Amino acid sequence: MLNIHNLSAKIDKKSILNGLSLKIKPGEVHAIMGPNGSGKSTLANILSGKKGYDISGKVSYENNDLFNLAIEERAHKGLFLAFQYPLEIPGVNTSNFLKTSLNAIRKSKGQKELDALEFLKIVKKKASELKIDEKILNRQLNVGFSGGEKKKNEILQMSLIEPKMAILDETDSGLDIDALKIVAKGVNALRGKERSFLIITHYQRLLDYIKPDFVHVLMNGKIAKSGCMELAEELEKTGYEKI
Amino acid sequence: MREKELEKLKEYKYGFSTDIETIKAPKGLNEEVIKFISKIKKEPKWLLDWRLKAYKRLKVLKEPNWQKPKYPKINYQDLYYYSAPKSFKEKPKSLDELDPKLLETYKKLGIPLQEQKRLNNIAVDAVFDSVSVATTFKEKLTEKGIIFCSISEAIQKHPDLVKKYLGSVIPITDHYFATLNSAVFTDGSFVYIPENVRCPMELSTYFRINASQTGQFERTLIIADKGSYVSYLEGCTAPMRDENQLHAANVELVALDDAEIKYSTVQNWYPGDKDGKGGIYNFVTKRGLCKGKNSKISWTQVETGSAITWKYPSCILMGDNSIGEFYSIAITNNYQKADTGTKMTHLGKNTKSKIISKGISAGFADNTYRGLVDIGRNAINSRNYTQCDSLLIGNKCGAHTVPYIRNKNSLANVEHEATTSKISDEQLFYCNQRGLNQEEAVSLIVNGFCKEVLQQLPMEFAVEAQKLVGISLEGSVG
Ligand SMILES: Nc1ncnc2c1ncn2[C@@H]1O[C@H](COP(=O)(O)OP(=O)(O)OP(=O)(O)O)[C@@H](O)[C@H]1O
Ligand SMILES: [Mg+2]
Repeated sequence: MLNIHNLSAKIDKKSILNGLSLKIKPGEVHAIMGPNGSGKSTLANILSGKKGYDISGKVSYENNDLFNLAIEERAHKGLFLAFQYPLEIPGVNTSNFLKTSLNAIRKSKGQKELDALEFLKIVKKKASELKIDEKILNRQLNVGFSGGEKKKNEILQMSLIEPKMAILDETDSGLDIDALKIVAKGVNALRGKERSFLIITHYQRLLDYIKPDFVHVLMNGKIAKSGCMELAEELEKTGYEKI
Repeated sequence: MREKELEKLKEYKYGFSTDIETIKAPKGLNEEVIKFISKIKKEPKWLLDWRLKAYKRLKVLKEPNWQKPKYPKINYQDLYYYSAPKSFKEKPKSLDELDPKLLETYKKLGIPLQEQKRLNNIAVDAVFDSVSVATTFKEKLTEKGIIFCSISEAIQKHPDLVKKYLGSVIPITDHYFATLNSAVFTDGSFVYIPENVRCPMELSTYFRINASQTGQFERTLIIADKGSYVSYLEGCTAPMRDENQLHAANVELVALDDAEIKYSTVQNWYPGDKDGKGGIYNFVTKRGLCKGKNSKISWTQVETGSAITWKYPSCILMGDNSIGEFYSIAITNNYQKADTGTKMTHLGKNTKSKIISKGISAGFADNTYRGLVDIGRNAINSRNYTQCDSLLIGNKCGAHTVPYIRNKNSLANVEHEATTSKISDEQLFYCNQRGLNQEEAVSLIVNGFCKEVLQQLPMEFAVEAQKLVGISLEGSVG
């Protein structure tokens, strides 16, 4: 699915990633942990196509050279990033944004675009499954949303789009216990042979619900250690110092 | 067609011109030309005298130069002031007599004039260069006593109404462009809604400049008698030409007691090319008079075209409890310039006005909101609310807000809010990540920004306006 080979990235000559390699196969769930500032969000941003980095290395996504694809093309091909800090866009209605996004992706796949009614039916169903208050759909996108509401809105979008490769950047940070379960539920509901996840988190708790196949530690710009759930438990006890 | 032209056509899809034989007045501006226009239109003497009076006044007036966009001097002697399709010497009685080339032109513009294909429940008056070529749905309107025709026809058939109201809102001595229009105006629309009649459909005029080196000076007059209501929409396009073309229209609205006029404009004149060559100078005077008590005039404008837009649709709130509204979207891209806003003159008691302005600037463009809220001595308990928002795309464009307030009444209330924001790279990245390309993202954000104004448009046009908003900003982000 996703094959990252020897990826290095600099921003303003400052080196952030330094020869990172990681391979994610279809159906696998990988978790990445690591200290603040270690480059987790940078990795997520580069994979989704954000500009402004000085990049070397190779990343292939479903047999495409990822760096040859525009941001939206990556999205069309099933790459999704749940942002650590979802953006506020004043004036843009949340429901309309979700619909425009879903239809852009459907169109790229040659699927029929949904009309307002069809979309409403689907979004209402998904929102209720995720216990998200429908009212946020009629508000301006992320404007004045609480931290938790913003994160839940990202999960709602993920469940609408049903991506093949979803990257969740600290979607669990700042969530209450119930919301945390909702995020886990959103991920677990999508899990399947063809879908992969890369979950960036600081806490073992989310992983308890999701049970990833692999856990990695990102330090000094590369994967410093890989393991299974036990690694997350160990980190929770001892921190990053011993790695 | 050469490749370059093809490329250009993609940018402005209304940029074709129609090859049609025309009758023109001799080039230049003088009494003879004015007499020529008046004669060819078989006008009564009082109107010729009125025009000549305006022309006399024009000779002592100077072009305004307080507006922000500057433009090279216009040589008024180098323009044609009258141009009409040759087949129009006698106005066709029915659409069947229309030159097929004209019908074709309007079809290309998406304005079907033929009976069977007419826009659903919208009556259209189409103005081609200097003359009105067709008015649709006439019979249905006549049943209700509504008059909707070209102003030339109204001058012949309803001289009393025209004489009473023409120039009653914009005096012939007003200012340079308004006075120029009074001297040489050629055609435009006329609407009269009788007492207590609610016009059952949208009325619409479509303006098209075709001939080169021709100015378009149309004149529109709308009168809503006591207790009546009308919604009117104006659209415009022009072919792409390297020269700048002048469009100086006058629009006068009169609302009597308890009457309401809603006037919407979707202005998409040719804006010039990417480097700022060519395009329309849109110097327009629009003014509404809330003459009667409880009357209401509402202006909604979506300004996306023209090289320079210079207009201030205004309301004179004379009747007690009258209401004036101004909703505006002005989009400037590449080298376009807009200086637009409104003037709300409160004269009557308990008069209210509301101004919502959304300016969007991209490329090297410059966008100014200029407005005046003028509250007179007797306008007790009057209120104004003004909100001006500017949105910048990129960092080479400009946005300015120039609100003037003149308040001579201590019992009046004036509120003003203004914001300036920018579409951030982060916002665009977020949209792109959700599958939208740059253009779709900009269009979505800008449409969100303008929502309050778009909502004011008649439903049939809101969708089109939304698309236009997207198209006008194509290529604005790299
Ligand atoms: N635009 C930028 N300009 C300068 N430095 C940057 C920029 N973006 C990121 N950095 C730096 O790169 C490093 C990695 O940042 P990143 O956001 O990827 O960390 P992270 O692992 O996601 O941290 P956290 O756990 O706190 O979210 C940090 O030191 C950060 O300050
Ligand atoms: Mg981070």
